[in-house]
Amino acid sequence: MVSNVYFNESVILLNMEAASKEEVLEKMGDNLLSQNLVKESFIPALIAREEEYATGLPTAGVAVAIPHTDVEHVQRKAISVGVLKEAVEFGVMGDDKETIPVRIVFLLAMDEAHSQLTLLQQLMGVFQTEETLMSILKEENKTNIRSLLEEKLDFGVLEGEN
Amino acid sequence: MAKKQVLVACGAGIATSTVVNGAIEEMAKENNLNVDLVQIKIAEVGGYVDTADLLVTTAMTQKEYPFPVINARSFLTGIGTDATKQEILTALQK
Repeated sequence: MVSNVYFNESVILLNMEAASKEEVLEKMGDNLLSQNLVKESFIPALIAREEEYATGLPTAGVAVAIPHTDVEHVQRKAISVGVLKEAVEFGVMGDDKETIPVRIVFLLAMDEAHSQLTLLQQLMGVFQTEETLMSILKEENKTNIRSLLEEKLDFGVLEGEN
Repeated sequence: MAKKQVLVACGAGIATSTVVNGAIEEMAKENNLNVDLVQIKIAEVGGYVDTADLLVTTAMTQKEYPFPVINARSFLTGIGTDATKQEILTALQK
């Protein structure tokens, strides 16, 4: 099975301004929706899931969040990266009280449960490397972020290449 | 040693439980542990209360279960991974 995950500049959002995590999820979800990567039900499902099972992670240097939801809301698997201009509070995964100021959001739109192990492990590897997270945070050029992540993550056969 | 059933759960059963599942699989191999890993959504744990020996999860659980529950967030952040592994090993070697 060819497993290609959609990832290119069009799903990288820089200098995002949002007042709440819901707004972050709406903006990132809208972008995926406009490219037909997800269904309309994706955004409400994503917000509801984040409310129930928070995905903020207290990673080294800068906190990240990995919002995702059920596979039926996804048209085409993709990973979208959002860098926030100012931190937005997300709940901490596995904790019902604590929140954490998140600067980088990796939105996972997966179309199959229990798949993409290698990619997900590599992504967690990125979270564990403070230097990589700081580079993403400081970078102003989407193509550089794309190259940096393509170097670290195996997206399979890449589509959407220009 | 009898085979232990280990539930690996997250909210959607998609992302984080996949990573944690991989980490435990590796650990079991290294330590010659006989485990039956079941990757599920946290909402499905109820169906396994009679058979499971351990629940490893990245989602919060307010419910009480008849088996130990270990938080596996460290597998995602890399902070405190060794302590979590030790906790899992201890639970499985009982």
